[in-house]
Amino acid sequence: MMNAYFMFFSKAVPAMIKGSALTIEIAVVSLMIGLLGGMPLAFLQVYGNRFFRMLCTVFAKLFRGTPLLVQLFLVYFGLPQFGIALSPMYAAFLTLGVNSAAYQMEYIRGAVISVGEGQMMTARAMGMSKVKAIRVIILPQVLRLMLPSWANEAVYMIKNTAIVYLIAVPELMAQTKILISRFYNPIEAYLTVAVFYFVIVGIITLAFTVIENKVRIPGLEMEDVR
Amino acid sequence: MNNEIIKLTNIYKSYGKTAVLNGINLSVNHSEVVVLLGPSGTGKSTLLRCINLLTVPDKGSVWVNGTELTARKADINAARQHIGMVFQEFNLFHHLRVVDNVAIGQIEVLGKSRKEALERAKAELAKVGLADKADLYPGQLSGGQKQRAAIARALAMDPDIMLFDEPTSALDPELIGEVLSVMKQLANEKMTMVIVTHEMHFAREVADRIVFLEGGCVVEESAPEKFFTAPQTDRAKKFINIFS
Repeated sequence: MMNAYFMFFSKAVPAMIKGSALTIEIAVVSLMIGLLGGMPLAFLQVYGNRFFRMLCTVFAKLFRGTPLLVQLFLVYFGLPQFGIALSPMYAAFLTLGVNSAAYQMEYIRGAVISVGEGQMMTARAMGMSKVKAIRVIILPQVLRLMLPSWANEAVYMIKNTAIVYLIAVPELMAQTKILISRFYNPIEAYLTVAVFYFVIVGIITLAFTVIENKVRIPGLEMEDVR
Repeated sequence: MNNEIIKLTNIYKSYGKTAVLNGINLSVNHSEVVVLLGPSGTGKSTLLRCINLLTVPDKGSVWVNGTELTARKADINAARQHIGMVFQEFNLFHHLRVVDNVAIGQIEVLGKSRKEALERAKAELAKVGLADKADLYPGQLSGGQKQRAAIARALAMDPDIMLFDEPTSALDPELIGEVLSVMKQLANEKMTMVIVTHEMHFAREVADRIVFLEGGCVVEESAPEKFFTAPQTDRAKKFINIFS
């Protein structure tokens, strides 16, 4: 019995580590796509004209209002019908990235709004252009304010990547499925992969706590109320 | 009238169906201190914001330093560099140390070097009595200190005009004095100032001219002594009675 466990783990751990590396890669790339997409959209939604605001709202509604899995299948199986065939990895990046952009846009928009219109007004009154005011005054504050919800998004993203095993990306979940078909021990396999996800998420959460403490502004933190 | 630095003619502004400014004319001379008085909601702050076009009037023209800001091609950012503004809510930039708050406009707008800007910032902070607070963040200052820092920030840009939008209204009573004394000093240095305030003693002492607004119109305009001792209109009389 012990022997069988050991046998499984000695095969499972290297495979899952390999899968984890891919999971993290997918998550990081998708989060970056989401940030690069969500950031300008958020500013357009707050400071843009009616047309851009509308566009952003429609985008967010579409991608937040449909299941991620459906989006993934539409991208991977649907786009080839229009002559756009993506590799499983690129389909994963695109789907998770654009989906994340829709969520990040909302987080960032909330942060921009909570910076307050007074900051923008004051920067403009000094003679800064809107773009300069965003870059020098608004953005540094937005980045700090969005950190907690961004940490949340990173955690979701790690767990969301699990669905891309369905389009045969050999990430952590796919590795688990392969192991199960080899060893016929779903319970041990799922428990082990749960620990893997848990550890990855734990490390990310810890990293964000450290960053949050590093960039916090004295005198602006929440007071301890008891 | 070469001495005129601000000229507003026939300014109209309404929000939706609410008319806030109904054809206002105002001119301010170099080194003059003009105080805008009037009941709440009569458009004093809106009028003040029309001077640097933070509020764009629906009708009428705004001239500052011989340039028409309401002209279609006016470079509004360039014009604003020369118009300092101080807000009721201070609006210090939360993420910057006090000294960087005072330096940022010089660096980003006037294009000065960081070193030069920080030197000037420290000098301006010393003038308002905040030399020892330079390295703190705004959240670590009291209200009065914040407002003095905001004044230093505006002054570091070498403005030709300073606009004050109820600078003491968000302060505890015991902190109002320190801000008013900085403003008094500024008036003595012959800064051109347009001030919206409810500090009647201050207005009487420091203003060269009182402009009394009600219902979006200039109702009375006179020297402070005359305004406070012998107001010409019934509305002004009523207003003064409430405050004394």
